[in-house]
Amino acid sequence: MPTIYINNKPYEVEAGQNLLHACLSLGFNIPYFCWHPALHSVGACRMCAVKQFKDENDTKGKIVMSCMTLASDGIRISIDDPEVIKFRKSVIEWLMVNHPHDCPVCDEGGECHLQDMTVLAGHTYRRTRFKKRTYRNQNLGPFIKHDMNRCIQCYRCVRFYIDYAGGRDLDVFGWHNRVYFGKNKDGILKNEFSGNLVEICPTGVFTDKTFYRHFTRKWDLQSAPSICTHCCLGCNIHADERYGILRRIRNRFNSEVNSYFLCDRGRFGYEFVNSEDRIRKNLLQRSDGTFEIKPKDAVLHKVRNSIKDKKVIGIGSSRASLESNYALKRLVGDDNFYIGVSAIENDMVSKVLDTLYNRAVKTATMEEVSLADAVVVLGEDVLNTAPMLGLAIRRSILQKPSAIIKELHIEPWDDAAVREALQQEKGPLYIGTTQHTGLDNAATETYHSAPDDLARLGFAIAHKLNKQAPAVKNLPEKVELLASKIAADLNEAKYPCIIAGTSLANKTIIEAAANIVQALYDKNKNTRICFTVPACNSIGLGLLGGKPLDNAVEKANQDVIDTIIILENDIYRHIDAGQAGQLLNGADTIITIDSIKTQTTEKSKIILPAATFAESSGTFVNNEGRAQRFYRAYIPQPDIQESWKWLRSMLIYSDKLEQKEWQNLDDVINDISKSRDVFNLVPQAAKPADFRVMGQKIPRQSHRYSGRTAMNANTDVNEPQVVEDKDSALAFSMEGYSGQPPASLTAYYWAPHWNSVQSLNKYQLSVGGPIIGGNAGKRLIEPAGHVKKKFFDEIPDAFKPVKNSLFVVPSYHIFGSEELSSRSCSVQDLITAPYITVNPEQISDLDMSDDDTVEIAFSDVSYYLPVKVIPSVPKGLALVPKGLDGLQWDGIPMWWKLIRNKK
Amino acid sequence: MEKPLTKNVQPERKPLDITDYEKAGGYQALRKALKKPPSDIQKMVKDSNLKGRGGAGFATGQKWSFVPMGKDARRPKYLVVNADEMEPGTFKDRLLLEGDPNLIVEGAIISAYAVEADVAYIFLRWAYKTAAPRIEKAIAQAYEKKYLGKNILGSGYALDMYLHTSAGRYMCGEEDGLLDSLEGKRAIPRSKPPYPQTCGLWGKPTVVNNVETLANIPYIVENGPESFKKLSLTDEGGTKLYGVSGRVNNPGLWELPLGTSMGEVLHEYAGGMRDGYEFRGVLPGGASTDFLVEKHFDVKMDFTNVQKAGSRLGTGTMIVLDDHTCPIGLVYNLEKFFARESCGWCTPCREGIPWIAETLEAIENGRGRPEDIDFLAEQTSQLAMGHTFCALAPGAMEPLQSALKYFREDFERHIKEHRCPWRK
Repeated sequence: MPTIYINNKPYEVEAGQNLLHACLSLGFNIPYFCWHPALHSVGACRMCAVKQFKDENDTKGKIVMSCMTLASDGIRISIDDPEVIKFRKSVIEWLMVNHPHDCPVCDEGGECHLQDMTVLAGHTYRRTRFKKRTYRNQNLGPFIKHDMNRCIQCYRCVRFYIDYAGGRDLDVFGWHNRVYFGKNKDGILKNEFSGNLVEICPTGVFTDKTFYRHFTRKWDLQSAPSICTHCCLGCNIHADERYGILRRIRNRFNSEVNSYFLCDRGRFGYEFVNSEDRIRKNLLQRSDGTFEIKPKDAVLHKVRNSIKDKKVIGIGSSRASLESNYALKRLVGDDNFYIGVSAIENDMVSKVLDTLYNRAVKTATMEEVSLADAVVVLGEDVLNTAPMLGLAIRRSILQKPSAIIKELHIEPWDDAAVREALQQEKGPLYIGTTQHTGLDNAATETYHSAPDDLARLGFAIAHKLNKQAPAVKNLPEKVELLASKIAADLNEAKYPCIIAGTSLANKTIIEAAANIVQALYDKNKNTRICFTVPACNSIGLGLLGGKPLDNAVEKANQDVIDTIIILENDIYRHIDAGQAGQLLNGADTIITIDSIKTQTTEKSKIILPAATFAESSGTFVNNEGRAQRFYRAYIPQPDIQESWKWLRSMLIYSDKLEQKEWQNLDDVINDISKSRDVFNLVPQAAKPADFRVMGQKIPRQSHRYSGRTAMNANTDVNEPQVVEDKDSALAFSMEGYSGQPPASLTAYYWAPHWNSVQSLNKYQLSVGGPIIGGNAGKRLIEPAGHVKKKFFDEIPDAFKPVKNSLFVVPSYHIFGSEELSSRSCSVQDLITAPYITVNPEQISDLDMSDDDTVEIAFSDVSYYLPVKVIPSVPKGLALVPKGLDGLQWDGIPMWWKLIRNKK
Repeated sequence: MEKPLTKNVQPERKPLDITDYEKAGGYQALRKALKKPPSDIQKMVKDSNLKGRGGAGFATGQKWSFVPMGKDARRPKYLVVNADEMEPGTFKDRLLLEGDPNLIVEGAIISAYAVEADVAYIFLRWAYKTAAPRIEKAIAQAYEKKYLGKNILGSGYALDMYLHTSAGRYMCGEEDGLLDSLEGKRAIPRSKPPYPQTCGLWGKPTVVNNVETLANIPYIVENGPESFKKLSLTDEGGTKLYGVSGRVNNPGLWELPLGTSMGEVLHEYAGGMRDGYEFRGVLPGGASTDFLVEKHFDVKMDFTNVQKAGSRLGTGTMIVLDDHTCPIGLVYNLEKFFARESCGWCTPCREGIPWIAETLEAIENGRGRPEDIDFLAEQTSQLAMGHTFCALAPGAMEPLQSALKYFREDFERHIKEHRCPWRK
């Protein structure tokens, strides 16, 4: 480790870092703007200047930019040399020449990096007397507010948006002191990661438009560590509340999962929590089908009568917490617990789990995906199903070409030089999907075909890697060559990674992916697999185990069921409407515990209002098998409570739990941990409720939280008593331990001098690295260490188009396909109406044109969908987006005879 | 006196076409060069002590020596001719580009051979509309004569050459900004290292040389480094194109031995000041150099000596300030130019120079304040080399800091009288 000298005092630093990175990691406050731990150095802002000296006798020294200088062994610097302090003041003064003086009313004020750095650099007095520069702002869509007058031209936004996230519709225009960051004209930012501009921008140029609608100063927010519910990846988030409204979502750093970023669905999909569709009261259905609000006691009385000594089955949910699902399973018993997903989905998730357990290969963390030097994606349109994975994949293609950086002696953090050296070079990335995807431009080669053919490609790759894996017969020469090319690249790779998933509802794709990693693993123990699954707790639910919904339908048709308890599940999204109807009609009473109105709640006798992620605590298990705890940011309205608490009452009514049991979440977790070996580690996902630092709880509110005594004075002039949170070590208070808590309990980021999100630096062991004390969460599944199973050998036949018929498979939209985010008002602006996508030849064969609609029936309901023609869609296939409003389809592939319907 | 640069140049006449150029001895140097290994050419140039004529005066041979050579070098390698002459007051490369394009092409081919480049670009200032077709013709004819293309003159060496006409930014004349511009990106300087020689155009080894620099190469190859060195009056080899603009009797451009004294150029060649005009100062090498004054007339105009006098040789094209011209107005005009031409990348340059320009404008128009002078002086030190990303802002500070030194009383008068004394 090199030793650097700061003011003649020696410090050991990590090898290969630049001075800024090293000094920040040592705890020194060097101000900076253009540098970012994920975007590295470009030397544009000149803020991080330090003095460098030749040796101990050199008193003059020279000013260097710490971000552009290697922290080499023996280097001598001063951070507080008067000359360098003066220069840094000048930099702020230059930036302030044009920056508005409106901090008190600026959206960013109070968490503005520019504000922090201005104070840190010591600039206090405005000398310039000339007019400030002004710009016209743009409407960038429902998520991002644009205010260019605040811009300090650090170039971070475009470096993130274009270079890091692969966006193309935000750029820098103009030159000299009229540089403009925006789009060529007003319009929605198209990149899936545009929301990160809010955190990337060191000041208030790009701010959260959804937050703006219910704006609150950072210090007035009550926050909690949470987990994103909008896909399977389990990105770590902060949920921020005031006055009972969830105000915004911010990134919570986890170096292995989402690091610094979130996708737009994750960041802006939260507003369903505040939506009109929320169920906020206990509801009983009247005989005319409408609902009436009833007091808790009355409803619970009804519930008690419906379950006590009755035949009850339970339907679990892949979007409900492990605790709630477990509680339901415990209530109804193993035999009567149905995981709330289709048989196909259940089958696929089981295959995924089987692979993770029995095939020796580790699942990749998102960090590992980004570090992979060869990636194969089979079947997943990740930017629309698990978007953040796309960001990781975009990083991975830089791994292999990075060899040139060493050869040219370029420091890996010297971002512009690295990009110059790499140019368009990219490492192996192969994407096999049913149509063109947003990641295709990053791919070495793409393959668009039917799901079975994608699986066949996968099987062929596995066979090329290991002759014991079954061979694929009658493979077209082109595919054979592609398989060979992919196999060669995988063989050559040091860290190969295969990505597959459940979105096409085709289990052979999962089997093919499993075969590839198994074949590779023999040669390369660094092989990784990454599966995406449908929902935030699909893996948790899969580990809990149960029968699929199809079996529940069967049971409803055959046996007498008195009551069905449905936990946070709209079963219409999982099975077709006909089956769903049969199930819901198959019992006297349907009790649904959910947070939002759905088609299922409409058909329920009793609706119990469930807390959303923001108002509840619990555990999700993400796609890699990582158990992660989320905590309630606030206490919801009186009737709303966490599903597991509703179920606890029912357990007590059914004499399955005693009043003294399950006093808090930890009690439930402890029972879960004992229920199955794989759950042994669940308690370690976060600190227990009795965890204290110096005898204190961790506050959810900042020490500057205002209005505590006044904010509810309109209803009660007495200062409200702090509500005790029995379920966690977090307090609904501004009082408590003010230092840095463990990662799983970090409610917000703040450090002295650092009010912006960049205060995160202070929470990391080394800036950019894991959180001090370790990242939050615990991986539950570690592979067997040796292969326990033989290769999958049921290779599907090649897809054969059928005349006048189409094989309908699901496609996905980042906005609209996922259930909860679709209920958020800003997201709704971006949801398209349902349509059907076919190959151009298909429509000419049928004498159709682009404007035609086709009739397609799902569960005997006809829909007239506009036709969209996309050349990359294979002939014989039709893609219908899943989950979009106005189309009820469980997403299970099917053949459909085409009926044309001229407009 | 031998004139390696302008021997074929006659301003009133179209340039020699390739046949006449050959008759005048053209392309002999290339023939000679191709018979030697590239390392020999590099050595000759190194021995000749040729310093880059773009303004910075970096030794050309040394610059080339950093290019990775041989089979293992990453390819393609590039030679780029910097013909984006846009320094205010500078018009020396224009003379060569318009007057003897074949010389530039030949110089570029030999230089490309010396660094084993595969492709050469001539990056031309957009406004040089007369030069563009002439260079294009010279390149086309060189292809016809097999001086370009595959297997040049049977040597086995292959080189393609293209003319690229710039879209027109001062920053494109900066070596790295030029490369960005060629790549189709925003012209923004790059951090060094890596240097273009290892990671230049499209990330590949690249040498960027100024037009005048390359025009010296044929002479060096033909006559040897010793003859080249003898051309100059100091130990920096060769001749130099010196130019003078301003209120002198005979403004113009002359090829003279490097190291000719400033006074000699001003008096002997430029003919001294016009009647009724007094000499007050001179920017010796373009807008981004410090003023020199009468006491510097004896300074030998080479890189070392001008630097010793407190300025830079720069492009060697002098702008003369007379007593009828307001120095503040002149400096304001220059700072306005530099503010406009800042690429907008680094803070001090982007925000600092416009502030300086606005302050100068205020002073010039009678709205100056006493503290403005200290402010300007302070800014010149804050925009120093190393504080900014590239040399644009430090260059922009040179006329200002020297004006504050030599013409301070004029600044004070403006502020005191709330007007420009030169204006009626």
